Amino acid sequence: MNPSSAGNEQRASGDAAFLRIEHLTKDFDGYKAVNDVSLDIAKGEIFALLGSSGCGKSTLLRMLAGFETPSSGRIVLAGQDLASLPPFQRPMNMMFQSYALFPHLTVWDNIAFGLRRDGLPKAQVADRVEAMLKLVQLGKFAKRKPHQLSGGQQQRVALARSLAKQPQLLLLDEPLGALDKKLREETQIELVNIIEQVGVTCVMVTHDQEEAMTMASRIAIMSEGRFLQVGAPSEIYETPATRFVADFIGNVNLMDGKVDDDQPDHVIIGCADCRHYVGHGITGNEGMGVTVALRPEKIHLSRKAPDDEFNSARGTIKELSYFGSFTVYHVELASGARLKVSLANVQRHRDDQFTWGDTVWAHWSRSAHVVLTS
Amino acid sequence: MNALLDRLRSLVSGRSAVIGLPYLWLLVFFLFPFVIVFKISVSEMETVQFKDLVTLKDGVLQLSLKLSNYVFITEDALYLKTYLASLKYAAATTLLCLAIGYPFAYFMARAKSTLQPTLLMLVMLPFWTSFLLRVYAWKGLLSENGWVADLLINTGIDQLLYAAGMIPAPGKLMHTPFSLVLGMTYTYLPFMILPLYGNLAKMDLRLLEAAADLGATAWTAFWKITVPLSKAGIIAGSMLVFIPCIGEFVIPELLGGPQTLMIGRVMWDEFFSNNDWPMASSVAVVMVLLIIVPLAIFNKYQAEAQEVRK
Repeated sequence: MNPSSAGNEQRASGDAAFLRIEHLTKDFDGYKAVNDVSLDIAKGEIFALLGSSGCGKSTLLRMLAGFETPSSGRIVLAGQDLASLPPFQRPMNMMFQSYALFPHLTVWDNIAFGLRRDGLPKAQVADRVEAMLKLVQLGKFAKRKPHQLSGGQQQRVALARSLAKQPQLLLLDEPLGALDKKLREETQIELVNIIEQVGVTCVMVTHDQEEAMTMASRIAIMSEGRFLQVGAPSEIYETPATRFVADFIGNVNLMDGKVDDDQPDHVIIGCADCRHYVGHGITGNEGMGVTVALRPEKIHLSRKAPDDEFNSARGTIKELSYFGSFTVYHVELASGARLKVSLANVQRHRDDQFTWGDTVWAHWSRSAHVVLTS
Repeated sequence: MNALLDRLRSLVSGRSAVIGLPYLWLLVFFLFPFVIVFKISVSEMETVQFKDLVTLKDGVLQLSLKLSNYVFITEDALYLKTYLASLKYAAATTLLCLAIGYPFAYFMARAKSTLQPTLLMLVMLPFWTSFLLRVYAWKGLLSENGWVADLLINTGIDQLLYAAGMIPAPGKLMHTPFSLVLGMTYTYLPFMILPLYGNLAKMDLRLLEAAADLGATAWTAFWKITVPLSKAGIIAGSMLVFIPCIGEFVIPELLGGPQTLMIGRVMWDEFFSNNDWPMASSVAVVMVLLIIVPLAIFNKYQAEAQEVRK
């Protein structure tokens, strides 16, 4: 069952959605970039469309903005069907990938561009631009041209420009894609703060899962024009619905096995290297083939064999990657499969540090797994 | 000593050579001849020879510059009139080329990328035929019973042209300001289209989407975004049309008439009818100065546009 549509029905019966996307499809000469997608977004939400390039997320965003015409389906914003509205009449603004600032206009004129199109009186335009400059803390740079600004400053001009008209919906296309890593982390929080301060509903597109996780209240994972899963970041990380999602978000160890014992309160799954005791029931039956997903940080390492006959495996450390705050160990199990285990480096020095060639036991708790049936 | 050698070596390095070569070219084939022309313009004629500017006679070093030609240019209304006429026709041609060339270049730049090389080829196609032949052909098209003349007369456009003062009488199209400007526009149009196309083709189309997103109609986006961003192309195209048009000789000669005396013709007369080389040179020097001023403005804009792109 498609988890997104399940979420929709539930939500639709409750509060009325602010932005409603109904069976939206975009067909490019037989290639369905967006394939029958439905989604409800509540007012004030920051919603992220996450997927690798070519998954259709940008096409979906461009349909919202009006740059692409849907082949079928509807987009309804605050009760108004947007189909008949050209981009310049839609009550939404977009922050473009790499910003698309007008190079011949100053920061001030860039922000004022949209306000002037509405024919606002001069004084009102000036007030609004000043307010926006203050919001993004660029007052000193009002007279500069975009090329005289740093990447981070340009990003803030783009944000100010897209917020100037007080849009009902803010669209962000890879909002931080053009910034380097360090700046991106700082900007993520700043951007969320500004969006929440303004209180605008926001749909963003990104290929960066960290960005989606930190910024969005809900995420839709997209692949080949469809939603694979829609949910809060922790929901998607901790309970991925499919193998693809589990693999796409973060790091994961996937082990194929089959259900040996199916009880209402637990199941036992046999895999090549170990037997899993899963502390909750699953919808399935004995003998069914399943995949067990195990996040690297949920696995522990020890030199002695653990007491539990379940949920442990013996192996040799073949590789380790040091990341500073944590280290990822690649443990080769008897079958030749490799288990990724990530351990936080809590202490600066450890006498019994695991290293290459060590024989270790990997073990994990009874609630660490996610059992995937699809 | 070593430092000096290094300096010398860097002077003859590849980089300086590459930069220096065009300068050397301009020095030898532009500045040097121009100095000669200038020298002639201030020289006294002695039957068939020019007098030396600097003479040493009885221990007195004499420099004699004959400025009467320049004075004459300012005094005789003919010169001022022809300079102004040249500027007027060149300006009219430039505006027409811009009005025709801009939409053309715009749609060419927005055409399917597979179609663009063909369109570009078509723009350059006229260069395959002799320029003289193409201009001469207009004589046939515009004189009595010519196809274009018949068309214009039958559709009544000649009445409009007469009302606008571009032809002396309805039905008379040849040897008029109209035929002159038509010929120059026809000839110089590609020089307007090519730089405009180059500029418009590399424009970032997302800027237009951004403008639309912010509430601009296609028309507003065109005037507020596309036109200002293509300024460099407009200037380059206009210069390429305007400058050669001022000194144009062949087209006014073939298509112009008594009304359309331009500076090229005046120069020709001074050189070959009056055989007054100093006078002719003075006219040429003034014309070059008239062109250098707009060129300087053009260069300044180019530099500024470069600054923006950085």
